[in-house]
Parts: sequence; structure tokens; C-alpha cells
Amino acid sequence: MRAAVIVFPGSNCDRDLAVAFEQAGFQVDMVWHKDAALPEGVDIVGVPGGFSYGDYLRCGAIAAQSPICKAVVNHTERGGYAVGICNGFQILTETGILPGALLRNAGLKYICRTVGLKVETSDSAFTEGYNAGDVISIPIAHHDGNYFADDATLAKLQDQDRIAFTYTENPNGSVGDIAGILSENRRVLGMMPHPERAADEGHGGTDGTALFRALSGVLAPA
Amino acid sequence: MKARVHVMLKNGVLDPQGEAVRHALGAMGFDQVEGVRQGKVIDLELAEGATEADITEMCEKLLANTVIERYEIELV
Repeated sequence: MRAAVIVFPGSNCDRDLAVAFEQAGFQVDMVWHKDAALPEGVDIVGVPGGFSYGDYLRCGAIAAQSPICKAVVNHTERGGYAVGICNGFQILTETGILPGALLRNAGLKYICRTVGLKVETSDSAFTEGYNAGDVISIPIAHHDGNYFADDATLAKLQDQDRIAFTYTENPNGSVGDIAGILSENRRVLGMMPHPERAADEGHGGTDGTALFRALSGVLAPA
Repeated sequence: MKARVHVMLKNGVLDPQGEAVRHALGAMGFDQVEGVRQGKVIDLELAEGATEADITEMCEKLLANTVIERYEIELV
């Protein structure tokens, strides 16, 4: 099983994400944003949190135009798996891989704390290690995590059971309390909270471990 | 050739920064302010031969996120 973690100038959760993948049994390649191709045989791409390109213009907007993101788009169009966390979620929406956009937090403040997340669906490679309705504790750390989608997009996400996680107490104004969503083929997850920061006893919580473990269960060679 | 692109959040998309500015103006005594929307202005210096269609493409692909923003192009 191989995972690729993309590194942009300004990424700061790339190493944590790599460690979480490794602990779940993945071999991890770190891939620089200027590379135009993913390594051969990558099973899943991780787009990490941070402040790619200093959040200039809009969070994730410049990163979405980088050479490696074209390769990530191709990977997902071929049915490949990907997960974007925090800035990675913003980047995936900017590429158009996931619908909607992330706006400035409604309270205007950067928020860094552990929040309650409700697992809305266990029907994905990312969430099958949880039960729908489970409430897990995962840290958030963002200034622009206020998920927005128009009514038609929101209805589609709900009808297709593509809302992966919601906040138990909405911290940022996200429409429908949405914290994470899935692509139509359920193989791409974008989420603002950081499961890779709740994946080791030393983190003070391990509720994120099940996400990486579930992925390794799905992607392990038969 | 120069162009100026105005990028604004679409109507109906909450603008918490504009709202904070409105609050601040109200607190300063500017009671006549009923609403504030904050946007961006991007000035482009373009080589001869650039067309408005080129600028539109720049807006659609990068300068604005049309999920949440609208843009206006002004040739100056």
C-alpha cells in the first residue's frame, strides 16, 4: 500500500499526515508541488493542512494550479483515492474535485481546539471504521473553515449521503454543520478537522486512528 | 494595456469581514451605514494583444472562485 503526501510551500501538517499513514501500514512518498506526476502505484493521495502559498488570493487557490494538482485531479478522475485535510480540503474544493468552498469563519477568529464530530455515514473507505452516529473528538485549527455550498449542491450532498462528518457544535458557521464531505464516487474525502492530530497516544486522543486503519483495510492488496 | 478586476462575494454569501467593518463603523458613530461588503481589487498589467476574453479566462480559472464570488472586469 502506498500513499503520497503532497508538500506545498507553507504546508505544515505534511509530516503528521505521513506518520499517520505509516502507522496504518502505508509506505509514504512525500511529493513536491512542482512535480508533475505522482509516484507509480500510489493508492491514495494525502493533501495536508497548512498555509500553502501563504493563503494568498484565497486559501488553496494557488496550490490548486500547481503542477502536482493536475496529477491529483487526473488520479481522482481515474477513480483514485484522496484525502484533503484542512488546507488540503480547501485545495480540493479549489481544484473542483470536491464541491463548495471554504469561507472565513463566521466569528472571524482563527480557532484551534478539539471539537466533537458526528460521523454521518460509515459508507466510505474513510469512515467504515466508525458507526454512523458516533461522536468522535478531533482537533480543528483553521481560520477559513466555514463550508459553503449552494442549496442545490447541499441537497445533492444530503441525497447522496456524502456528508461524512458534522460538528456537534458548529464552530465556524459551516452550512449544515458540515465538517467533511465525500466525492460522488466516495473515494475522495475533504475535511477541516485533523484526524492525523488524533492518531497517537501522545496527541491526547486517538479518535482519528480508525480513519487511517479503515483506509489500510480497504486498500490492502487482497 | 491595464485591466482592473473587482472580485466580490456573491449576494447571499455571508461576508463576516464586511459585517465586522459595519459593526466597527456603527460603533464609531456612523449610524448611516446599513451594510458593508468587502472585496478585492486586482490590477493587471497586460502585454499588447491581450483580450477581454483572456481576462475572463483568468477570472474563471484563478482570480475568482465562482462558487462564492462574482467578478467585474474594467479596462483602464
